[in-house]
Amino acid sequence: MAAGLTVAGLLQELDIRSDRVAVELNLTILDRSEFDGRNLQEGDRVEIISFIGGGTR
Amino acid sequence: MADDRLTIAGREFRSRLWVGTGKYKDFAETKKAIEASGADVVTVAVRRVNITDRSKENLLDYIDPKKYTILPNTAGCYTVEDAVRYSRLARTAGVSDLVKLEVIGDEKTLFPDTAGLIEAAKILIKEGFIVLPYTNDDPIVAKKLMDIGCPAVMPLAAPIGSGLGIRNPYNLKIILETVKVPIIVDAGVGTASDAALAMEYGADAVLMNTAIAGAKDPIMMAEAMKYAVDAGRLAYRAGRIPRKLYATASSPIEGML
Repeated sequence: MAAGLTVAGLLQELDIRSDRVAVELNLTILDRSEFDGRNLQEGDRVEIISFIGGGTR
Repeated sequence: MADDRLTIAGREFRSRLWVGTGKYKDFAETKKAIEASGADVVTVAVRRVNITDRSKENLLDYIDPKKYTILPNTAGCYTVEDAVRYSRLARTAGVSDLVKLEVIGDEKTLFPDTAGLIEAAKILIKEGFIVLPYTNDDPIVAKKLMDIGCPAVMPLAAPIGSGLGIRNPYNLKIILETVKVPIIVDAGVGTASDAALAMEYGADAVLMNTAIAGAKDPIMMAEAMKYAVDAGRLAYRAGRIPRKLYATASSPIEGML
């Protein structure tokens, strides 16, 4: 992970559209407006979730 | 049917058939089945993005969120904490406060943990969510869910994916009589007659996934379900005749030779 990488930068690096995901940083959900300004640190735990096909289960 | 809209929390829905998006062969089949069903509400699950093996395609490339109401569920959540966490993530990933709340109690039956469900619903309602709870066919729990502020309640017909149809029609009838918010029968439908029956009883809508996705021809079954839900709804509104033990002639006696 490059130093000073932002959440927006990480999504871009992973080729993930930011308008269709939610990002949790160390168990706190980030607002989409925070993606650009939030720098990631060594040891941060990032969860990226999106919608998939599902009815139940 | 155009004048017979379903309204939940101020939102109007055209179709009384709601469908899930799981278990299809691919996104193209999902899309075709949803189109054939006429549904305007589709449920989706909330999961981690697979960053190591990510196909470039996304469900939302096929299901246009501008055209459909995307209803995220908390399927797979076995605790209040998980259900709340997934709901919050879904709200952030999506565009609305709608959530189909599931707190599952047991892996084998996938029956809801109704105590956990009520607890999670209270937390989410306080946070401004529009909570549509997947619950058991228990009239007391259904009423409690209404009382705490759920704008609709979704009792099961039978275990998820079982295709058993409405296992407890009497409980469902009590729920329909006592719970004064829209009732959406969710899970357990096997075929078109099950859906029609739920609507004939007076359910406001039916939600299903496996009955369509698991059929030999999912797209044809989606269409069958559309007709079943419409037919059941019309029959309910038209009012069925009472059951009688003996025959009543339909043709007049007058004028017989």
